[in-house]
Formats: sequence, structure tokens, C-alpha cells
Amino acid sequence: MIAAAGMLLGIGAGYWLPPHGRLARRDRPRPVRRILLPFSGQQISRRSFEAAVRLAKAEDATIMPAFLARVPMNLPLESALPVQCARGMPLLEAIEQRASAQGVSVDSRVGRGRSARDALRKLIEAEPFDRIIVSADEDPRAGLSYEDLRWLLERVPAEILILRPAPEDDRRISAGAVSGHF
Amino acid sequence: MSPAGGQERGSLKVFIGMAAGVGKTFRMLQEGHAELAAGRDVVIGLLETHGRADTAKAAEGLESVALSGIVYRGAAMKEMDTAAIIARAPQLCLIDELAHSNVPGSDRAKRYEDVEEVLAAGIDVLSTLNVQHLESLNDHITELSGVRVRETIPDAILGRAEEVVLIDLTPEALLDRLRAGKIYPAERIDAALNNFFRIENLSALREVALRQVAEEVGAKRLTTELVGSREESFASEAPQAVGERLLALVEPDPRAQRLVRRAWRSAQRLGADLDLLWVRPPGRTLSVDQERSLAALGQLASVLGARLIEEESDDEAAMIKDVAERRGTTYILIGHERPPRGLGRLKVPLPQRLMELLPGVDVRIVADRSRRGNGDAP
Repeated sequence: MIAAAGMLLGIGAGYWLPPHGRLARRDRPRPVRRILLPFSGQQISRRSFEAAVRLAKAEDATIMPAFLARVPMNLPLESALPVQCARGMPLLEAIEQRASAQGVSVDSRVGRGRSARDALRKLIEAEPFDRIIVSADEDPRAGLSYEDLRWLLERVPAEILILRPAPEDDRRISAGAVSGHF
Repeated sequence: MSPAGGQERGSLKVFIGMAAGVGKTFRMLQEGHAELAAGRDVVIGLLETHGRADTAKAAEGLESVALSGIVYRGAAMKEMDTAAIIARAPQLCLIDELAHSNVPGSDRAKRYEDVEEVLAAGIDVLSTLNVQHLESLNDHITELSGVRVRETIPDAILGRAEEVVLIDLTPEALLDRLRAGKIYPAERIDAALNNFFRIENLSALREVALRQVAEEVGAKRLTTELVGSREESFASEAPQAVGERLLALVEPDPRAQRLVRRAWRSAQRLGADLDLLWVRPPGRTLSVDQERSLAALGQLASVLGARLIEEESDDEAAMIKDVAERRGTTYILIGHERPPRGLGRLKVPLPQRLMELLPGVDVRIVADRSRRGNGDAP
């Protein structure tokens, strides 16, 4: 009986005390918790998505895929945007499904502004995040332009991971990747 | 308009234009004179004449509140004296250039913040603004004109103005004024003509200004139309509900986003309207993450054209029934619930209760697709 109690006490202490236990974890630096993955087009680079998943797994972080909708000048800023949503929502769904299937938690967002950059700025003002992942790609269908990337580097107070263009950039995730009926 | 010194906030009227020189300040001064002639107590809080004789002449006869002096990097500068304006307590104050950034060391960084203080003191304000200073248009106008304006103001400031007046001038007329030296001194005219004041720039800016003001007018009209209690809103809309109307049950949780997207797609296919409902247990306080999730749901609902309804009740099913009846709901969509624990196992599951309470309404449980095997889709 005493031996069993001693063993239980030992296991408990081993769990709570450094270097592997909760006390040790508490002392570690706060991990990156939220990784923003913005897009404004109908597809995103699979490399950026994979980078986001890799980092999220390594850092126990949440991916925040964010669809940036552009409000035409003839509409109020608070307008509903069903046409753009018809393109953006399936892609958000595809990203979320793929990330969830790999065990990564996802918390999607939608930003709205006069331009992709304006939408991103508003989103950044409203939401804290620790890292942003974008790919350097001037294809407007893919999302942010070089000018937008420069703005990000100058103005956004977070760690920014810009993936340089690569031959495999033609591998993209699009709305077609949605699994099942959507 | 409100009396000075009262608790009520003053009203803001903004004269907006496509560029410098269209006559915003002149029009503001004209209106100041008209108000003075009508017997109101009017002062100039700040006037930027930019050396224009016409503008200075138009200000004659209006009392000016003295500016405050600030020394910055050894140089003596002048800024608006907000405290002196509030102490003087006029009924109406004219404050030029709403987007101006104050000299470092001033009490507030931006002039619109000073204007907010003046308004909060119950003093009405007339002010001026160029359209490129609006934050949301800044990038767009930089692309149009190639010139980035550093001083910007949040769109919400203009949104809070009771009146927005567009001072319009054709680009040709503005260029004539520039060439005649009515906007800038002679030595700056050529540079201005070769940079910002090009006819294509001005045409684009004019279009943006016209649209912006049309948007403000439209937004205010909608706000006025939507004023009224929620019950009145429901009552006025329910009889119009023909065909399908979907109601998605959400919680401030990241998983709700997926449910909303699925519900929206279904609503699109059915040509139906979509409502989102969160039944908040009484007294429940939200964590920071939950607050964010709720805000994100509100944003998603707004972009999708859905309505997010928040109701407080300790009887979730009864409240859903109540809202469904008021809204004329024909479909209810529920996300995958966590398995019940403890005494929760004894309760009738929510979908079953809803089917009993709302016999004519379809109840659909939306699957979590991420739990399915995910092949290597394109």
C-alpha cells in the first residue's frame, strides 16, 4: 500500500516538476499562437499553406486563413459581398478542411476593405496575431502584390514570412479542393 | 444644433473636396458668416489660408480664437488651442483641415481628435477634408495619382458627421484657378501642374469624391430607415418572408465559421435569407477568445449578408422556437455537438427538442467535414 502510494506520488511529482512537467512549460517563452494566412484571390499557393501547417504543428499554433474581400467604390463599406463570397468561402472551406485533417486548429476570418491591403489593415487592427505568411506572387488572382508585401514589411508589427517565388508555385489550393458537398 | 456648454454632443459638418483649391475653406467661412448673421455665436478655431488673399478676406468679421505656441526642435510653431475654444464656449466653431497632424508635443496627435473634444463639449463644428485623406481610400488614391498622402483619418470620423457637403469643381476649372495663382504661390504652380494637379488625376479624384459622398448619403439613409426596436424590425419583416428562411445556430467558437459558410451556401442555393442565432446563457461572460470569435462571426455575417441575432435565455430550445417563429424560419441548421457529459446525458438532445417544438421546420445537423478522410484534392 505504502509502496503504491509512493509510486503515485513519484509519478505526480515527475509530471509537475521540471524539466518535462507543467512548471517547466510555464517558464518557457510563449509560443506563436496565431498564424495569419491572408488571400484575396480564388486560390492560394500550396507552399504557403504547407508552410503555415508546418509552423502551426511545430508551435502548437492556430492558423487564421483570412479572405480579403474588396468593396467596389460604388458600394458602402459595410456592404454584403455575395459574388466575392461565392469565390472566397469555398476556398476558406478547402483550407480549413485540409488544415483540420492534419490536426491543426483553424480559426477563419473575413476582412473587407476598398482594396486587399485596406481589408488586411482593418483585420490586423482588429485581431492580434503573431505571424503572417504570404507568398511573393504578382499574380493578382493569387492575392497580394509586391507593393502590398512591401507595405506589410513596413507597417505590420509582426513576424512576416514571405515565401520567395519557386517553380512549384503553380501548385495551388483552390475551391476545387473542398471535400464533399459544400 | 445643440447649445454650447450642454452635455449633448455638438454636431459635425464636413466640407469635402477632391483636392486643395476647390473652395472648401471658402464655403466653410461663408457658412460661418451665415450662421453669425442668423444670431449664433461663431468663432474660428483654426484657419489655414495658405497665403490665399481671398480666403483671408472671407474670414474678416469672424472672431478667431488665438492659437497656442509650441516649440518643436527649436522652432516656434502654432497649433489650435482646443482648451481655449472649449473655455470660450461658442455655439459654432470653424476648424479647417480635419486630417492635419499636430506638432509633436501637442496634447493630441491629430486635429480630428481635437475636434472630437470640441464636439464633446457640446460645440458644433464645421470642418474641411480632402477625399484622399480618408484612410480606406488612401491606397486607392495613391494608385490613381501616384502621390501618397501621409495624413489620414479613420473613415468612422466622417461616418459620425451629421452632414457631409461635397464642394465640387470641374478639373478644368480647378486648373484654371491653379494657373491664376489662386491656390499656390507662383513658384509652386509648375510643380503642382506636373505632379498632383494633372487632369487625369483630378478627374479620378473627383469621381472618388462624388462616390464617397453618395455612399455617405446612402449609409445615412439606410441607418434612418433601420431605426426602431428589434421587435418592430421582426414584425415588419416576418410577413414579407416568402419561400425559405434559414436559421443557423452558432456559438462564439471558431467551429461556428464553418457552419455559417455551409448555411450560407445552402441559403444561396435555395434563394433564401439567412439568420444566425446565438442563445447566450444568462450571466455568461465571454473569454477574450470567445469575444473575438463573436466579433468574427458578426463580420462574416455582415459580409455574407446574413443577420446575427443574439438572445439571452436559459432555455435554448424555447428561445430558438421563439426566434424561428418571429423570423419565419423554415430550416434550422445545427453544428455537430459535443457528446453530453454527466447529467446532460439525461436531457433530450437539442435537435429532437426542436423537432417537437417546431413541427413544420426542417432541422439539419451539419457534419464536420474535417473528420472525413481527406484525399489529396487538387
